[in-house]
Amino acid sequence: MSRTEFMQGNAACAEGALAAGCRFFGGYPITPSTEIAETMARRLPKVGGVFIAMEDEIASIAAVIGAAWTGARAMTATSGPGFSLMMENIGYAAMTETPCVIVNVQRGGPSTGQPTRAAQGDMLQCRFGSHGDYSTIAITPNSVQEMFDLTVKAFNLADRYRVPTFLMADEIVGHMRERVTIPDAVEIERPRPLAEGRLPFEAGDDGIPGFAPFGSGRAVHVTGLTHDERGYPDTTDPEAHDILVRRLVAKVESARRDIADYEVTNPDAETVFVTYGAPSRTVEQVLHDRPDDSIGHLRLRVVWPFPDFALDEFPNARTFLMPELNMGQMVREVERHVDQPVVSIPKIGGELHTPAELVRALEACR
Amino acid sequence: MRHEVRFSGYGGQGIILSAVILGRAAALYDNKYAVQTQVYGPEARGGASMGQVVIDDAPILYPEVAEPDIYVIMSQQGFEKYGVRAGKDAVMLIDSDLVRSRPDCRYYEIPATSEAKNNLKREIVANIVMIGALVAATGVVSREAIERAVLDSVPKGTEELNLKALKRGFELGERA
Repeated sequence: MSRTEFMQGNAACAEGALAAGCRFFGGYPITPSTEIAETMARRLPKVGGVFIAMEDEIASIAAVIGAAWTGARAMTATSGPGFSLMMENIGYAAMTETPCVIVNVQRGGPSTGQPTRAAQGDMLQCRFGSHGDYSTIAITPNSVQEMFDLTVKAFNLADRYRVPTFLMADEIVGHMRERVTIPDAVEIERPRPLAEGRLPFEAGDDGIPGFAPFGSGRAVHVTGLTHDERGYPDTTDPEAHDILVRRLVAKVESARRDIADYEVTNPDAETVFVTYGAPSRTVEQVLHDRPDDSIGHLRLRVVWPFPDFALDEFPNARTFLMPELNMGQMVREVERHVDQPVVSIPKIGGELHTPAELVRALEACR
Repeated sequence: MRHEVRFSGYGGQGIILSAVILGRAAALYDNKYAVQTQVYGPEARGGASMGQVVIDDAPILYPEVAEPDIYVIMSQQGFEKYGVRAGKDAVMLIDSDLVRSRPDCRYYEIPATSEAKNNLKREIVANIVMIGALVAATGVVSREAIERAVLDSVPKGTEELNLKALKRGFELGERA
């Protein structure tokens, strides 16, 4: 028996985390993500979990990484300024292949910007924000139901690929209330355990090593320094670094098709909207109000690793249109993969594009 | 049919809760779709508070309120900030004890605060009186649905008081 609730997106995210078996939350409250911490603080102790209000976001992500290494499913939630503070340790999580979930309910930036307003301004930061080469996974919900469903998915992807995984929400989906169906149980996929005779950072054919959390009986050395398959630092050998970092990137990038999650509307269209997160709902409204097979829509639920092959689903496309709640971020990624013109429809200030604004943009390019 | 309902008053009246109760009634008990949003910001404490609900028989795509067709206004400041630009075809319910202005659109005067204070002896249920009047006057959700949503949302021990407030609201809404 599932249950149906009328719930806020942030609360649904917390419910998704609990359903996925998350039993650790380390965080520092920040608008517009605070309700996630509040819900986890209330609920985690009742299910045998641990909630720690940390002193800042640097410590929050550090605690999450530590908890993940005890074998717990662990997450934190934040917004722009806190996300910036987390960047160094996000790189540490990528380097140490720590499965964890970081929720960013995006608000207007830079700096403290607009705490109570929506934005999608951290889409490149979640891919490139920490130093060095690495790859991660980023997921973009557009409804309260997806705040639940995609949080569950984020935990499974984090565990399967052993990468920090981002739920890149925004103030609109975080704060709105909608009906949400919460199933009794969700599918849970934990990391593949480290096999006997294998080294802690020795990858399988898929580029992913088995996981031996602390307390599992295996001695594991975890370091942010370049390391060998034993986990021991090897910081000067060019080949050791090349092998490790190429594998960290390839284990995610080579799985792009498995990780991809997107919706295609009107694949024969000549003019194609490409969206993720809240603006996808305005595009859906435009397509609903004026049914027209020549207008298509590619809606991404996973933006990183970027599913470039999804653009090929529109063989007749002559123009791509990208409404984003930023000054044009993911549009750069689309431009990189297609020969057709890609028109950015940026919007900042905190409000969603209206249907009329997108219709004007559509008419201007036809 | 898409309805866009906007509630405004001052922080502390239960404006946001009113919007949540209405959305809940539609989405859980009337088999409709609803999206509830609100204004977050420092001004919400003591100043003008605002919550909105989109209700539709079909799934709601664009989740924001473009132009409300129904307003519930419970303070003068709320009227000035969030009600004064109501379109000609809109309907407005006004707490006539607290709002001096009147809109250009059709409106109903509901003495919710005096009803709550004098007859129900608890001013805090004025918002529930307004919700009752809203449902009786507009039929935006069913009476059964709003009753269940109110019961879901109020503290234990206050159910009887809130149901009484809701029913007084139904009566005031019918009469208006």
